[in-house]
Amino acid sequence: MADTALALPKRRVGKRSRFGENNLVGYLFISPWLVAFFLFAFIPMVASLGLAFTDYHILRGWNYIGLDNFHRMFYDDPRYWRSVQATVKYVLFAVPLRLVFALAVAMLLNTKRRGVALYRAAYYAPSVVGGSIAVAVMWREIFGREGLANFILNQFGEPSVWWLGNPDYAIWTLILLAAWQFGSPMLIFLAGLKQIPEQLYESASIDGANGFQKFFRITLPLLTPVIFFNLIMQLIAGFMTFTQAFVITNGSGRPLDTTLFYALYLYKRGFETYEMGYASAMAWVMLAVIAILTAIVFRTSSQWVYYEAQEGV
Amino acid sequence: MANITNQPTPSWLDRETARPTISWYQHKTVRALMYHGFVLLTTLVMIYPILWLFGSSLKGPDEIWTNQAALIPNDIKFENYVNGWKGFGGISFTTFYKNSFIYAGLGTLLTVSASAVVAYGFARVKFVGRRFWFGLMLTTLMLPIQVQIIPQYIIFNKLDWINTFYPLLLPRLGGQAFFIFMIVQFIRGIPNELDEAAMIDGCSKGGIFFRIILPQLKPAIITAALFSFYWTWEDFLTPLLYLNSPDLYTISLALRTFSAPSGSTDWGAIFAMSGLSLVPVFLIFIFFQRYLVQGIATTGLKG
Repeated sequence: MADTALALPKRRVGKRSRFGENNLVGYLFISPWLVAFFLFAFIPMVASLGLAFTDYHILRGWNYIGLDNFHRMFYDDPRYWRSVQATVKYVLFAVPLRLVFALAVAMLLNTKRRGVALYRAAYYAPSVVGGSIAVAVMWREIFGREGLANFILNQFGEPSVWWLGNPDYAIWTLILLAAWQFGSPMLIFLAGLKQIPEQLYESASIDGANGFQKFFRITLPLLTPVIFFNLIMQLIAGFMTFTQAFVITNGSGRPLDTTLFYALYLYKRGFETYEMGYASAMAWVMLAVIAILTAIVFRTSSQWVYYEAQEGV
Repeated sequence: MANITNQPTPSWLDRETARPTISWYQHKTVRALMYHGFVLLTTLVMIYPILWLFGSSLKGPDEIWTNQAALIPNDIKFENYVNGWKGFGGISFTTFYKNSFIYAGLGTLLTVSASAVVAYGFARVKFVGRRFWFGLMLTTLMLPIQVQIIPQYIIFNKLDWINTFYPLLLPRLGGQAFFIFMIVQFIRGIPNELDEAAMIDGCSKGGIFFRIILPQLKPAIITAALFSFYWTWEDFLTPLLYLNSPDLYTISLALRTFSAPSGSTDWGAIFAMSGLSLVPVFLIFIFFQRYLVQGIATTGLKG
């Protein structure tokens, strides 16, 4: 008894010092991130929120103007609504197209045939360089007035189309560019498909299920968590699209603002006319929309995301 | 179906393919041929624009318009590369490549080393608030940079750091959330026994990181370095904001200025320089594909 009584406090002291030491060491290790987070993310974000209620201009200074920026955005700035329209149209078509291609190709490559690794690399290649200026420049040339697309049309006796000048077509060249780069969701789908047990398909075959039934009853339900993940990531990425539009339209958003994506318009306000207060207000609306969309996808996920563990209960 | 399956196996079929229900399109070889034919065709469509870019960069000034769709020029010419390399405004692509290598090289070095240190802290040290900070770090992955760049720009402008590399490199001293997350996942997979043995031998947490964890982190660090390098190489917005003087331009900025309607009209040269800028990225992709594919599949990184 005496022995343990003596030993107890000793052990406690030892534990506490180890505990304190862990705190010190832990914060020391994460300090680079912590410092950078406060300096380059947290403080700028707070400042950005503050700026949203001012008319800050980099040369003229600032005045507090309350909600005027938001009022201007929603009621007095038709370009703002055109940029919203362009972005929504882009996301609405580019994200589903990209995911459908990604899933279709992932299923095609989910086989043990020879050469699959090579095919996978080839399908992924456009995505490797997708964000680069070089590819955007190339795309602008392909759809230029004397570009490759028109050259091919002419070979078939069709007249040339002014792809980037026609308000009906310009955004579709950007959607096509996005759909072409389905590489990363494809790899994520492929990893998900490999998790589905082969026996499920075998027993379905024995029960006389055809390909469609297997896809809708096995593949799709078991893949929903992965679809869900890809959907969120692609939605966010879609709303933030900037570089390709910036290069392909020379930063103009033309024709008739049909390719004036939200991030592009924000850039123009913030860094071309230096209306940084207004641009900050736009940034916070963007953040709010992304947060709401992500929340909706998360909330509704319980209705359409299938997790195997739940089924067992 | 039923009466077919009941038929005896025809003797002229060899054992391998001797399944009763075979019609021609179910035959193994035919199916393989159909598969490879279809996949080859679609992959060709996929990579045609990229091949076309490289092909066009080797075409002479006439052929670039008259033989536009061809992948292989009738007459291979390298003059586009010579002309393109001269750049614009008296600044050649030597300068642009140097700037890009500084940005991507130093940027990657800073990002990856900081990320590894921070990841070890999150993965192996049990400190108060660990879950909170880790969760917060993951949340920053979802944040649009638009809510940060304007104040960042104002601050860097006040510090008179426009047209320097500080605004591009300093934020990287804290690592990058993607890579921290990826390396944390990797460290969690390393068995704890070695750590414990070292701890009993009196090794400090720092010592454990450098002597035990770091040597085992090689695959994770290579993956992070590859992604970091090619994202930085392709980065456009940050250089666009902070580097306004053409002698500081990275390849991305240079290509944009070079190909703008007010810039060069020598399309061969533009194709040549565009294609060339993709070469480092493709080299990484070809030689380290295994790391990239694993990285994307396991952490869901966007490529």
